[in-house]
Amino acid sequence: MVWVNAIVQGILVGGLYALFAAGLSLIFGVMRLVNIAHGDLIVLAAYMALTCVTLTDLNPLLAIFVVAPFSALAGYAFQRLLFNRTLGADILPPLLVSFGLSVIIQNALLQIYSADSRKLNAGGIEIASIPIVQGLSIGVLPLLMFVTAILTIGALQFMFYATPLGRALRATSDDQDVARLMGYDNKHLYAIAMAISLAVVAIAGIFLAVRTNFDPALGPQRLIFGFEAVIIGGLGNLWGTLAGGVILGVAQALGAMIDPGWQLLAGHLVFLAILAFRPEGLFPRVDG
Amino acid sequence: MKSISGSRPMAEPALLEIENLNAFYGTFQALFDVAINIAAGETIAVIGANSAGKSTLMRSIVGLTPTRDASIRFRGENLATLETQHIVRRGIALVPEGRRLFRSLSVEENLLAGGQLKRKGPWSLERVYHLFPILKERRAQPSTSLSGGQQQMVAIGRALMANPDLLMIDELSLGLAPIVIKDIYAALPKITGEGTASIIVEQDTGQALAVAKRVYCLRGGRVTLEGAARSLSREAISAAYFGV
Amino acid sequence: MSGPAFTIARATPESRIALVFALLGLLALATGPYWMDRNSMRLVGEFLIYLGLASLWNLLAGYAGLVSVGQQAYVGFGGYVLFGCAMFLGVPPLLAVPIAGATAALLSIPVSYLVFRLKGAYFAIGTWVVAEVFMLLASQWQAMGGGSGVSLPIAIVRSIGSTRDMREQMIYWTTLGVTVAVLIAVYLLLRSRWGLALQAIRDSEVAAESSGVSVASAKRLLYVVACAGAAMIGSLIFMAKLRISPSSAFSVNDWTAFVIFITVIGGIGRIEGPVIGTILFFLLRETLSDLGASYLIVLGCVAVAIMLFAPKGIWGLVQDKFGWQLFPVGRRLILNTNKEGA
Repeated sequence: MVWVNAIVQGILVGGLYALFAAGLSLIFGVMRLVNIAHGDLIVLAAYMALTCVTLTDLNPLLAIFVVAPFSALAGYAFQRLLFNRTLGADILPPLLVSFGLSVIIQNALLQIYSADSRKLNAGGIEIASIPIVQGLSIGVLPLLMFVTAILTIGALQFMFYATPLGRALRATSDDQDVARLMGYDNKHLYAIAMAISLAVVAIAGIFLAVRTNFDPALGPQRLIFGFEAVIIGGLGNLWGTLAGGVILGVAQALGAMIDPGWQLLAGHLVFLAILAFRPEGLFPRVDG
Repeated sequence: MKSISGSRPMAEPALLEIENLNAFYGTFQALFDVAINIAAGETIAVIGANSAGKSTLMRSIVGLTPTRDASIRFRGENLATLETQHIVRRGIALVPEGRRLFRSLSVEENLLAGGQLKRKGPWSLERVYHLFPILKERRAQPSTSLSGGQQQMVAIGRALMANPDLLMIDELSLGLAPIVIKDIYAALPKITGEGTASIIVEQDTGQALAVAKRVYCLRGGRVTLEGAARSLSREAISAAYFGV
Repeated sequence: MSGPAFTIARATPESRIALVFALLGLLALATGPYWMDRNSMRLVGEFLIYLGLASLWNLLAGYAGLVSVGQQAYVGFGGYVLFGCAMFLGVPPLLAVPIAGATAALLSIPVSYLVFRLKGAYFAIGTWVVAEVFMLLASQWQAMGGGSGVSLPIAIVRSIGSTRDMREQMIYWTTLGVTVAVLIAVYLLLRSRWGLALQAIRDSEVAAESSGVSVASAKRLLYVVACAGAAMIGSLIFMAKLRISPSSAFSVNDWTAFVIFITVIGGIGRIEGPVIGTILFFLLRETLSDLGASYLIVLGCVAVAIMLFAPKGIWGLVQDKFGWQLFPVGRRLILNTNKEGA
């Protein structure tokens, strides 16, 4: 039963990893940009929520409604002012600019909030759980996290494949020049995509902050978890990304059962194994 | 430049009037002092061999290829300094060379993408399906699953969905089977009959000369011949086309 | 035509001057222990380490298009090989330096088959994962103190040099030797047909594959060389520190972020870039050192600004202005006109 419990908790944490991954995957799909600062932006969102909660006494989970719109706006501005200038045939500028941004955010957080680890307290919901059978119960918070992940990915999927905005984003991703011929404003669309990505980042950041302690140096590892979920699931498939996150979560939970030091290693090894034996991921998108 | 005198029936003011068009790829100059014009509702052909500069001309008009000090006047307004997405808003649609459909979009989504500016005009999804009935059958399929001819129909339909005042079709027949080319040319009068001016770009001169009122021939980035389609002799065209 | 209308040359007038200056500089550095104080020697040693790491990273990112964010994997690996060899196999520390290079080269081949499956930017994060794996494995190595690390035993420290001065001189000369070897290797690699083929691809898509060199194996060769070099430098870093721990050995900030900033600021894809970048980096560091963490913020902002407004770096700006090529890699075509210029 200990093992079943580990697997169940791993699945639920996988939802959080899928949230880390969804924004990353969206940006890459639309403009082939890999945002190295993605993890640091998640941590930044966690700190924004912390500030918001300290100032207003709001419940951390409700802070989403403040942080997400703010984060989205910042994403739009970031894209217009920074990343749009770097996009082109050469992959170096966007990569190095986002890497620079990552270092800047980390050290700015360190300056403002110090290296101490923090946590957001969401109150009673944190310890509430639903007993399933003897020795196995599901925490309300992890469950809420997982359901949020499914809803978020479902919403992204709907936006991408069933709305005019999604059609525009896919068209721009397919062929920039021809999209402009249709009157699409690529720079605006990229900024919208970044705004959506950062709204998802805000959701992920708040759940991160409620679930565990966080500090300014945590970003790169969140980027790596998100990235691993994307590759395990297969590029360009949002539901695959959810599956990738779940597989990563379960692998880490099982690794931790063997030895606490193996928690992260087990996740990385699953990722490397996928890369070695199924580099296109488990559920690659099939193009028509 | 040879010009057949009296061949420009300029009864109405030009819809598009290009002068002094020089276009560049980096340091390479692809167009030299090109001047062409087209009246509202008129159909003209731009012919020339491979790499004569025809596609560059089309791309320059919509702002995809940089120009230098060009005058590209559309209803009197200079387009040369505008960005592509703003140029097309003014009522110009280009069917690009090689069709370039959006590969992750279905047939119908491609058409809807073309109509996303929602300009008013005769064309709608229904009308495009009426023009090319095969597309209605294939509306939900990925655009990449279609044959070359059907893809060209989608590309033309996508451009029509923008309800343009000027439709430009680059390399209309390139790479298509003769029977398909015939079908598409058969549909052209239905398009121009709506009052849309069109520029047909072709390497294959025969079909284009049959539908166009006037013709421009390009060679080495220069206009080598211009005139009324009916008045031009075969010899004059091949001289302008091949430079012999 | 009476004779060939052109000549082909690699050397430029300024490259001959640069060679003279480089040799003079090398002489000054080689005699460093006789005229520098301890602090200057330490600073120069660190300068050489960053110059070597930046040149290797430039080789990868600037020429092979392999933007790695995981070279700290090999820096740390080299450090651990040194400690392992010295502590458990009784290998003299200085001899462990080439061993670190050789084992890293061997290890980097299977790793390359994994990470080369990721394209472009995903390659960057893939290499980062590999570095994380290396760090986690090192943390599991209990004989090396696990997560908290280990110090080099006194007996081994003494074997490098019996006095502190002698030890620091030995480490200094070895660092100088390894860095110079790395720079020469980078230069020769870029002049080789593999290096020229990669530059041809980088500069023009048309030239791809026409040189008869397999792009994949050229990239792999550069990767293996860069990893071996990073490991040798890594072993020297931790020989000087006398202490190693997973977090210091595999630090992304120390061994990759700084190195990337140096290369970007100096001029990526230019052999002179890392030299200029390292000099600027140390000037900035010495003037801004009391800023603490904000120093990294300033450095990051400078690098981002350079990438946005002068993507060829400081050296690129100089080159555009004066057309200098201090260490020419390619050959130039000189058209002979009537006026025979210099």
